[in-house]
Amino acid sequence: MLLLARSDEEWEALSDEERDYPAIARWFGELAQKGVLTGGQELQSARSATTVSWSDGRPVLTDGPFMEAKETIGGFAVVDVPDLDAAIEIAKSWPATSHKVEIRPIVPH
Amino acid sequence: MTRPLSERAGVEAALATVVRDEAGRLTAALVRLLGDFALAEDLVQDAIVAALEHWPADGLPTDPAAWLLATARRRAIDHWRRQRRYEEKLALLVREGPSPEHADEVDDRLRLIFTCCHPALSREARLALTLRAVIGLTTREIARGFLTTETAIAQRIVRAKRKIVEAGIPYRVPDPDHLAGRLSEVLGVVYLVFNEGYLATVGSSPDRRDLADDAEWLARLIVRLLPDQPEAAGLLALIRLHRARWATRFDRGGRLVLLRDQDRSRWDHGAIAEASALVLDALRVARPGPYQVQAAIAACHAEAPSWEQTDWRQILLLYDVLLRFTPTAVVRLNRAIALSEGVSPAEALVEVDHLESELSGYHLFHATRGELLRRLGRPDEARVADQRALELTTNPGERLLLEERLTHPLP
Repeated sequence: MLLLARSDEEWEALSDEERDYPAIARWFGELAQKGVLTGGQELQSARSATTVSWSDGRPVLTDGPFMEAKETIGGFAVVDVPDLDAAIEIAKSWPATSHKVEIRPIVPH
Repeated sequence: MTRPLSERAGVEAALATVVRDEAGRLTAALVRLLGDFALAEDLVQDAIVAALEHWPADGLPTDPAAWLLATARRRAIDHWRRQRRYEEKLALLVREGPSPEHADEVDDRLRLIFTCCHPALSREARLALTLRAVIGLTTREIARGFLTTETAIAQRIVRAKRKIVEAGIPYRVPDPDHLAGRLSEVLGVVYLVFNEGYLATVGSSPDRRDLADDAEWLARLIVRLLPDQPEAAGLLALIRLHRARWATRFDRGGRLVLLRDQDRSRWDHGAIAEASALVLDALRVARPGPYQVQAAIAACHAEAPSWEQTDWRQILLLYDVLLRFTPTAVVRLNRAIALSEGVSPAEALVEVDHLESELSGYHLFHATRGELLRRLGRPDEARVADQRALELTTNPGERLLLEERLTHPLP
């Protein structure tokens, strides 16, 4: 799983051209063509988040993300690759270089 | 029975050399055979600890490699008995049993080295894992080398091995497209090991492991395994050149002796000639890199008959090349020293003053400024700079030199 982290504030300040969605679409397209992509989405800003937690076993809703942070998860991509090196190569090719890409292996169940 | 500590330390040092020659090779072979990095590494570590326990009393076995393998194999059997996969795995070990002359040895050892130095591991993890799995240091020796506890090092290694498994760090030699980049990560780890040893000389306990020697050994191993990589040769040459001047770095009182004041007759001129030839050969491949250039600079210094007769113009040119690879303020500071000798202290001071914002917390920035100001006949400002350098340095040998300067300024 590639977690695409960004500063919502900085990302929202950019125009669509500056965000260069065609490059992002190409990135997803190439991965899909290679057959390694199994999913991926951009997320609305963390401002839109609703968090469910439990207090004494009862669900409680909170307006906002589970953790306040300057950088939050702004999207994700799930890729099926043999090892970390392959995932690092893909992460390095992510076009939005103001982001950070966190690579997290998925636990198979 | 316990032997006196000093004697035991001597025996341990001799044994450590044997262990170093065999342990990494054995780990590499066992990983291939068992397909389990963490287990193989543990087995060999257990065997090393057992060797350091038994060999001083029983004497060195005629075939240390076979002894370590047999011990590792016994530990493996214990392990699998608990795991209930005993028969199948044991059959593998008995049938194949890694022999030191295995044709895949080069690949095995490279795989081990590249995995331990994978850039997804933290710097500390790479260091600890390389020292243990590749060089065969015990956890205790690593802890002593880094002045920390065995528990801390053990945890670091457990975490690193867990990350290798969970993150899917591959156990292989990088493909040709990535080899040079990944090799520079490996060489970075070797150089860190060297620097740990280099800086630790003063104030270290006598039975502390000589990490600089381990670094040279590892650099030599990498050159043997990857003979076509000039940067590896460059690093080996650089380490050898530093070590050839080892003995003259500190005086009897433990005070740092600057290069200009060192007794050059006590340098190891044989080693210098060999290392200089090595770096020249590497440079002929025409794929220069930061280690080759640093080695070339060190060779210029080492081959000069005196500080005054040093080829400063050549050194300046080399620093310009080095800046293309590593454009850091510290390199610019070192270049400025060459500039002060090759051109003039006044020009050098201008360069040094440009670096203030980046290096104001670095003691050698102030020490260099102090030196330049003194040469320019500005003793009061020089004193202030030396004082600042003294406040910032913790190395005892450097402190002694700066204190001497402040109390007995040269005319």
